Amino acid sequence: MRAWLALLLVCASAGAQQARSGLDFMGPATQAMQRDDSQNPAMLWLHEGQALWHRPEGRDQRSCMSCHGDASQSMRGVATRYPAFDTASQGPLNLSQRILQCRVQRQRAAPWAPESEPLLSLETYVAQQSRGLPIAPSDDPRLAPFTARGQAAYTRRIGQLDMSCAQCHDGAWDRKLAGNPITQGQATGYPIYRLEWQGMGSLQRRLRNCMTGVRAQAPPFGAAELVELELHLAQRARGLPLETPAVRP
Amino acid sequence: MARTLIHVPPSVRRGEPFEVRTTIAHPMETGYRPDENGRVLPRDIVTRLQCTLDGALVFSADLYPAVAANPYVAFQVRAERSGELRITWEGDKGFSQTETVAVRVE
Repeated sequence: MRAWLALLLVCASAGAQQARSGLDFMGPATQAMQRDDSQNPAMLWLHEGQALWHRPEGRDQRSCMSCHGDASQSMRGVATRYPAFDTASQGPLNLSQRILQCRVQRQRAAPWAPESEPLLSLETYVAQQSRGLPIAPSDDPRLAPFTARGQAAYTRRIGQLDMSCAQCHDGAWDRKLAGNPITQGQATGYPIYRLEWQGMGSLQRRLRNCMTGVRAQAPPFGAAELVELELHLAQRARGLPLETPAVRP
Repeated sequence: MARTLIHVPPSVRRGEPFEVRTTIAHPMETGYRPDENGRVLPRDIVTRLQCTLDGALVFSADLYPAVAANPYVAFQVRAERSGELRITWEGDKGFSQTETVAVRVE
């Protein structure tokens, strides 16, 4: 009896540690939608992103292509390492912030608004170059304090419902909320095409969604708190394959 | 110009049905949703999808407000010889877009 209980406990803790992508929790129709490029609606954004990669912009009329060349070579693996440390601002930058920084400082073009269609498109195109590669967040020690703050935020109770991310996504991920799987909240395929949104959205949009869900005040797009949370989520998802562009219900 | 995705097999067999998959970037605004000021947004949907093969109508569909944004429509077509598929989406506010794709029969 005691041996049984011990075995059960071992299984339970192993189950809790096993990282599982949200893809595992979806119905077969939604999974097929993500896996088949001719059904995946995110391909509309991907093709737009590809066009933007080649389009000359800004004061010097330079395109991403002019400096970085073929994205399938130069951008392969890049998205698996983000958010990354930026020496100029002495802080972390996520992929869309890095794209914007490049756009403003190198192309000398007007910045895009956060969550705007061109920004999501280009981010999708860049991230898709790493599709299938394991998520491998940077071990830069300068990121450590930011990641630690993200981890603390992940376990901090917030909002009128007084709930933390960890309570659902670590403690109850194998259960359901209003009939829908809760999932581990692994950020493996952003930007995602979310059926509920009927469009593309970033990880920050998803995080703000969840915060509004527990009736907390969500920080604005690009806020340091959100990027810190992204850093912790990247550490949590370490080793899972990147799925961009993913489809989620 | 809305972005579209059209998928047909690289080559098809004479007289055998093959699948055509189409997606178009379109908001499919239902006409029932209020904006943030409470005003109802006017309807803006694709109302019809039509597909011809060398001028002959081979498939058409009427679309309604219940269809989600970026509508995906897949259908079966049969071809006796190589030709050109012309796919046209029409909708509210004078929306009209046509794309062509070659079908190779072997």
